[in-house]
Amino acid sequence: MSGERKLAIICSKGSLDMAYPGLILANAARMMGIEADLFFTFWGMDIITKDKVDHLKVTPVGNPAMHMPQFVGGLPGMTDVATAMMKREIERLDIPPVREFLQMVHDAGCGIYACKMAAEMMHLKREDLVDEVDDIIGAMEFLEKAEGAQLLFI
Amino acid sequence: MATKELNVSLDAEGFLTDPNQWTPEIAEAMAEEEGIAPLTERHWKVINWVREEAARTGEFPSLRAISKRSGVDTKELYELFPKGPARKIARCAGYPKPKGCI
Repeated sequence: MSGERKLAIICSKGSLDMAYPGLILANAARMMGIEADLFFTFWGMDIITKDKVDHLKVTPVGNPAMHMPQFVGGLPGMTDVATAMMKREIERLDIPPVREFLQMVHDAGCGIYACKMAAEMMHLKREDLVDEVDDIIGAMEFLEKAEGAQLLFI
Repeated sequence: MATKELNVSLDAEGFLTDPNQWTPEIAEAMAEEEGIAPLTERHWKVINWVREEAARTGEFPSLRAISKRSGVDTKELYELFPKGPARKIARCAGYPKPKGCI
């Protein structure tokens, strides 16, 4: 059953709260023996960029789930407060920071790919990306790899 | 020996329902069914650490905790217990199916 199942996840967002769903699902898939690939594109590139990965943020602005008036979310320092709060809760649940998480899923056998077009757009070279990135590939090559996989866009 | 012949209670997926019923023979039988027999010294290192940790905390440890503290890292865990380490470790260690996300 699980031997043939395969998961391909496209990570297109670069905020701290949007970095985790893809990583957690890819890791869970590997723990169950399901093949998994992560493909990072557009703002998702921040998650695999060396000088950004440790500085991802969660912003209250435009996020109604923060349950605060929008103008409060926009006050100076609120993004840092929300980010610190989320990092603390993540730590409490024994979920690793993003950089360590990338290493963990990669060690678990998950493929990590960067989008060629996004890399070119953002002037990012291989050496700008974390070591776990297996390759920088185009959309067609990703679709080839994802053949037969269940696909998620985050 | 198949786990069904061991006279212990298993759930529908073949996990031991009561960790106190565990014996090393059960681990070997589970390993055989999971296709990873015979268990090596490295497998036992994981199984023994997991059992000690679960007995100490009352909770089955996450795969992340196992990889950080058992002395066997993530890569090796996936080599020792391929295609679903969470399930295979829990079965061999005599614990129910783990529910954690990590």
